[in-house]
Amino acid sequence: MTEQNTILLRGASLLGEQGADVLVVDGVIAEVGSPSAEGARVVDADGLVALPGLVDLHTHLREPGREDAETVLTGSRAAAMGGFTAVLAMANTSPVTDTAEAAERVHDLGRAAGLVDVHPVGAVTKALAGEELAELGLMARSRARVRVFSDDGRCVANPRVMRRALEYVKAFGGVVSQHAQDPDLAGPQSCCHEGELSGRLGLPGWPGVAEEVIVARDVMLARHTGSRVHVAHASTAGTVEVLRWARSQGIAVTAEVTPHHLLLTTDLLGDYDPTYKVNPPLRPAEDVEALRVALADGTIDAVATDHAPHARHDKEHAFVDAAFGMLGLETALPVVASVMVETGLMTWADVARVMSTTPAAIAGLKGQGRGLEVGAPANIVLVDPSADVTVDRDASVSLSRNNPWHGRTFGASVRHTLLRGRPTVLDGSLVQEH
Amino acid sequence: MRKHLLSVDDLTVDDIATIFATAAEMHDVQRREVKKLPALRGRTVINLFFEDSTRTRSSFEIAGKWLSADTINITGKGSSASKGESLRDTVLTITAMGVDALVMRHSASGAAQQVAQWVDASVINAGDGTHEHPSQALLDAYTLQRSLGTLEGKRVLLVGDLTHSRVFRSNVKCLTRLGAEVTVVAPPTLMPSGVDTWSREAGFATSYDLDEALPKADAVMMLRVQRERMSGGFFPSAREYTVGYGLTRDRLAVLGPDVPICHPGPMNRGLEIAADAADAAQSLVLDQVSSGLAVRMSILYHLLAGEGAS
Amino acid sequence: MSAPPETTDEGRVVLDARDIARALTRISHEILERNKGSEDLVLLGIPTRGVGLARRIAERIAATEGVQVPVGSLDITLYRDDLRQQPARGPQHTEVPPGGIDGRTVVLVDDVLYSGRTVRAALDAMRDLGRPDVVRLAVLVDRGHRELPIRADHVGKNLPSARTERVMVRLDEYDGHDEVRIAGTGTGTGTGQDEVGGA
Repeated sequence: MTEQNTILLRGASLLGEQGADVLVVDGVIAEVGSPSAEGARVVDADGLVALPGLVDLHTHLREPGREDAETVLTGSRAAAMGGFTAVLAMANTSPVTDTAEAAERVHDLGRAAGLVDVHPVGAVTKALAGEELAELGLMARSRARVRVFSDDGRCVANPRVMRRALEYVKAFGGVVSQHAQDPDLAGPQSCCHEGELSGRLGLPGWPGVAEEVIVARDVMLARHTGSRVHVAHASTAGTVEVLRWARSQGIAVTAEVTPHHLLLTTDLLGDYDPTYKVNPPLRPAEDVEALRVALADGTIDAVATDHAPHARHDKEHAFVDAAFGMLGLETALPVVASVMVETGLMTWADVARVMSTTPAAIAGLKGQGRGLEVGAPANIVLVDPSADVTVDRDASVSLSRNNPWHGRTFGASVRHTLLRGRPTVLDGSLVQEH
Repeated sequence: MRKHLLSVDDLTVDDIATIFATAAEMHDVQRREVKKLPALRGRTVINLFFEDSTRTRSSFEIAGKWLSADTINITGKGSSASKGESLRDTVLTITAMGVDALVMRHSASGAAQQVAQWVDASVINAGDGTHEHPSQALLDAYTLQRSLGTLEGKRVLLVGDLTHSRVFRSNVKCLTRLGAEVTVVAPPTLMPSGVDTWSREAGFATSYDLDEALPKADAVMMLRVQRERMSGGFFPSAREYTVGYGLTRDRLAVLGPDVPICHPGPMNRGLEIAADAADAAQSLVLDQVSSGLAVRMSILYHLLAGEGAS
Repeated sequence: MSAPPETTDEGRVVLDARDIARALTRISHEILERNKGSEDLVLLGIPTRGVGLARRIAERIAATEGVQVPVGSLDITLYRDDLRQQPARGPQHTEVPPGGIDGRTVVLVDDVLYSGRTVRAALDAMRDLGRPDVVRLAVLVDRGHRELPIRADHVGKNLPSARTERVMVRLDEYDGHDEVRIAGTGTGTGTGQDEVGGA
């Protein structure tokens, strides 16, 4: 054994429970308990919580097309800093990831960056236009092995198209991740939650029901087609109710929630700061509360960041004209720890479930989300659960600064990240050795 | 008074009283042969209108000129976003020329508030999307106060497309602040979202029934209804709107001859207001225009004349 | 309303009610003499207290001549050259008598003549209102320290003063009693209103 490929994580608290040493050899967890440290590079994990490497079902890496906002490399850095070992890169790039070639390109850029596994999400429809199916099968057969399809940013609004997509992906175990938002109930100008605040501010809003009617429709289509549908960034209490019913009926539906929808509320829009402009919009506190409960009780399966970097000038428009989206990769775990673990709603084992195991299963990623068991790939994140870290947007490794968490203090932080045994982050800093 | 006028919320009751008192003096200037005061000599006021508005722009322009400010109009249709330039870049470029005040109209709600954070100049909101139009609210309240003697305890009706009306949002704040009992009337589809809770907090009433509210009114303000709203499905037809919510000849008779009628303009005669009502002796529509000048002179004066003004 | 009791920090009285009455009577006579009667006369008081003084002068002229001379007010706030040195304050009322001022003999009336800047502003303001044949200036108190080549035609009292002193004119219709006081030697505690009265 050489130090090169042998690492001993000493004294980590596995899933926040029993303390143990974890020996990693050749990228695989070789021993858990009290293994010998001989010849191993030792990482002191005393007081740190060890979780399986996080998996993000929903990331925008902007490459190709908007490399001024983010690239696969810089987005991978942000992901690693956030404790992720795999991310699914959304298809709404320029050009759109709607062909095998486009998917392979993103896949290869991810491999070259080498900091996290980058899995391209394929578009459901050509050019995200919502009309004709993209080459779903070719993307699935490609080197990128695409399994998750989404027109994210847009809803697959046409029920016929959605039905066909759900049917078609059954052939290769794919899943459609739906951006649930009825475009007729949420007009092109819509830019925030429709409610009292939007009424006061005179901002065109979209109501929660614009999301809920699509979620309701899609679970019925999933039942009808016997296929699997995934609800991206669930944001309302009504969506939670529909999901709960669908589960009770045994319908194959999964859902994710973003960290920002678990903490931030629509009140933040009072000053028309486009930093808080996001799609789906920040909702009132009642929705936030319902989402937390749903995540804790398993109605919502996963946390996904919807990391959406934007160049500064794309946010410095009037509110309705500014770009949608906010950064999320680097702060996801601290936010979830703060709203779910510190409040007692979830354990660290639950965090591992919603941020690693379940998202890996939804995306069909075999080597991710396996848990801290002997023989599993050593995708591991070590978290300091008693940190006191204030977010500084200028300290981000993302290329963008549309960070809604700037100035907020969180009680957990990512210390080390291992991708198949290789440290990508040590002591909170990127390892630039690849 | 604050540096910017972005919302009626920026004004205390005392500020409003001060603006009205000065406006009354400015009103007299309009009757002079030499309509010129030197108070803003050397000040530069830019009317930055991203959205067309002949009446508000010319009102601010004349107001500035009569106070001897150098007044320049910059108009640009469409958002700066569509030109590829950010709003921030646009306004920083303009204010870099050495500008004391930006009088700004924009189709986006909140635009003036955002710009105020970026520039050193005073920002006067001349209408931001469907959010606010504070100078309009001030001139409406000023006009009504001159007509009614006081607004305290007066029942004022605001009728029309409330959802898309910045005039409504500013007026309801200004009128309630001055003690008026405001009732807003619109079909349910043109009521702003969440108005039920918000009206209770802000102290005004809502109604779907104009005929029930009308006989009790001390003043009526009709708001413009854009015909485009029909295609948005907000109401089925112009005819149906007029029957339900227009100030028709029949309703004019219900009002009585002493109840003032306001309209911020431009009017859709025959839609929300009948010609008989628009031209009635009790119509204050033209007074609103001349009051508008006086009030805008007063606003410019108070924001720009004194020390601390940039 | 009765006069407040004498206090030392209020300074000392230099003109009491009777002195003021005598001074105004004399000024009224001087104006008539200079104008050879009341014909074409217009009195424009500079707010605040100049307006009250103008009305009193008009009353005296009416008593003497039996003619009501037109009285107006001429606010100079918007014409001040120090607008930017202080927070913007609202203008006071300007009222030109119905006959206007074109071709008239206008007597500007103010309470205190000091730097001369108020009068300069008043001359500017008047230019926007019309073109009098003659403009004269009547003041209750001339305290000196002119900063501009301006002098009064009719003076109630010449009152040598230090720049650090404050001259306060109280008139019954505004303050409840008539008197002129001088106070302070550089303490600078005067209210802005008093200073404005003596511009």
